[in-house]
Amino acid sequence: MKPTTAAPIGREAIEARGWLAAHRFLILRRLSQVFFLALFLVGPMLGWRLVDGTLAGSRTLGVLPLTDPFVALQGIVAGHWPEAAALSGALIVLAVYALIGGRVYCSWVCPINPVTDAAHWLHDRFGLQKGWQPRRHTRLWLLGTVLVVSALTGTIAWEIVNPITMMHRAIVFGAGFAWALVLLVFVFDLAVSRRGWCGHLCPVGAFYGILGRKSLLRVTAARRAACDDCMDCFAVCPENHVIAPALRGKDGATPLILSPDCTNCGRCIDVCSVDVFAFTHRFDNHVEATPNPPPARAGTRAA
Amino acid sequence: MSLATSPLSPQRRRFLTDGARMAGGCLMAGSGLTWLAQDARALPANALRPPGALGEDVFLAACIRCGLCVRDCPYDTLSLARLGADGPATGTPFFTARDVPCEMCDDIPCVAACPTGALDQGLASINEARMGTAVLVDQENCLNFLGLRCDVCYRVCPVIDEAITLELSHNNRSGHHAIFAPTVHADRCTGCGKCEQACVLPEAAIKVLPVRLARGASAEHYRKGWEEMQENGGPLVDGIIDLPDRLPGPGTDNLAAPGGFEPTFKLPGAGQ
Repeated sequence: MKPTTAAPIGREAIEARGWLAAHRFLILRRLSQVFFLALFLVGPMLGWRLVDGTLAGSRTLGVLPLTDPFVALQGIVAGHWPEAAALSGALIVLAVYALIGGRVYCSWVCPINPVTDAAHWLHDRFGLQKGWQPRRHTRLWLLGTVLVVSALTGTIAWEIVNPITMMHRAIVFGAGFAWALVLLVFVFDLAVSRRGWCGHLCPVGAFYGILGRKSLLRVTAARRAACDDCMDCFAVCPENHVIAPALRGKDGATPLILSPDCTNCGRCIDVCSVDVFAFTHRFDNHVEATPNPPPARAGTRAA
Repeated sequence: MSLATSPLSPQRRRFLTDGARMAGGCLMAGSGLTWLAQDARALPANALRPPGALGEDVFLAACIRCGLCVRDCPYDTLSLARLGADGPATGTPFFTARDVPCEMCDDIPCVAACPTGALDQGLASINEARMGTAVLVDQENCLNFLGLRCDVCYRVCPVIDEAITLELSHNNRSGHHAIFAPTVHADRCTGCGKCEQACVLPEAAIKVLPVRLARGASAEHYRKGWEEMQENGGPLVDGIIDLPDRLPGPGTDNLAAPGGFEPTFKLPGAGQ
């Protein structure tokens, strides 16, 4: 193994750019997660009614309705056509995520993300085996199953078990035993399946993934010629199958990460010491040529 | 060529096993979810839905569990059911009459807040709400039924003298007092729960129950003869024979002739 591959994830990036710069998207993401939670919390805690409701449906400043489109879709499939407020709220959310990438919800807003990230951190610390790894498209099957069950039972089926809204509601409205469900997801990710929940099973993520298929905001591996094969991006990425087509693309292949599974979390940008990755838009296809590609590259390819 | 002689290609075999596995897994997950969804319909009898709530069979398709009705309830009557701690489907709004009843706001802010119509926007007046129906469940402990003048449920009723009236009758125990029986009229009762909350007994003798538990239903083809007669100016069917009615009093043969006339002939010593 090359010394750069063997080194802890992000070591070179921290050395090259400093700890803060090598964690900026992680920090921004945590801030964003706290921010979206705080928006809902200042109402009940301080009495400033900025955003009322939960992630399933909310009202901002008393006027702007927002609805989780997946919840709305289940309701429609279950046989209830929602009123204009919920419908327009769902359309607004649909439009925004279709633009910035559906799974931005997963990495920047969803309150379960810190839970599964923590589970993965611990998983790494303990050096555990990856465990049960169902196929990535299992979540699509589950998404279909949820819609079928919604139609059959005439209920918004996923909301009966959805750990995302359950956790959000627990924080904003009072817990009950919702924490047990969140703990279950944590234990599942830690002991049963590495990156199992968000990466393989969650139908909400699957829905938002489909939603963001043609989204504008993308990560590009424009400077892929500079890659020194340290593998840190693969190690840090929660959906690491999305990287290879862009990073290892032959000449002429797009450097954009176009997979709908990419959550735009930006960790690959953080941990790359040679700045291969950057945020851009989906029409930005340019690839930067690096004058002297690192010699190690050829060796890795041959292996 | 038959299947036995041509081995399936590995890709096809893998595709089929993968598909079967996935379908099997989804069938299990889906069955579990269906079971939970059916289970979630079991609304406990003391949990009341907010005014204008659609029937429980469609409510779980309409309510997205956003909690806006709870936020906009000025009296903190409503709360969202917590997983494992409250009876109704997790995250759905409800209230418990004995704890905090509905104050029946004129502008019905909870209904106005609902973005999906799970609380029906068509509810024009709070007096039309049917969150449940009050039932005087325990006449044996109700103070008014014991002949006392408690009257609290009657006094607190926002639709006093219409949804609850006091019906007078003779007190057979004391022999010379009246019983003022609190009597609920379901066609006017909104199910707000103020009576249940106010009942002075340690366990309320009057309770608001979901309409499905509180009320019977008449068959659609039933007609009340006396109402039809009044509307029609006579019986709907001609030639109905009115049989003699037995009158109260001692004896076995004190009959009234059709139309309530006294019989012209009386047996000696019969009747009074």
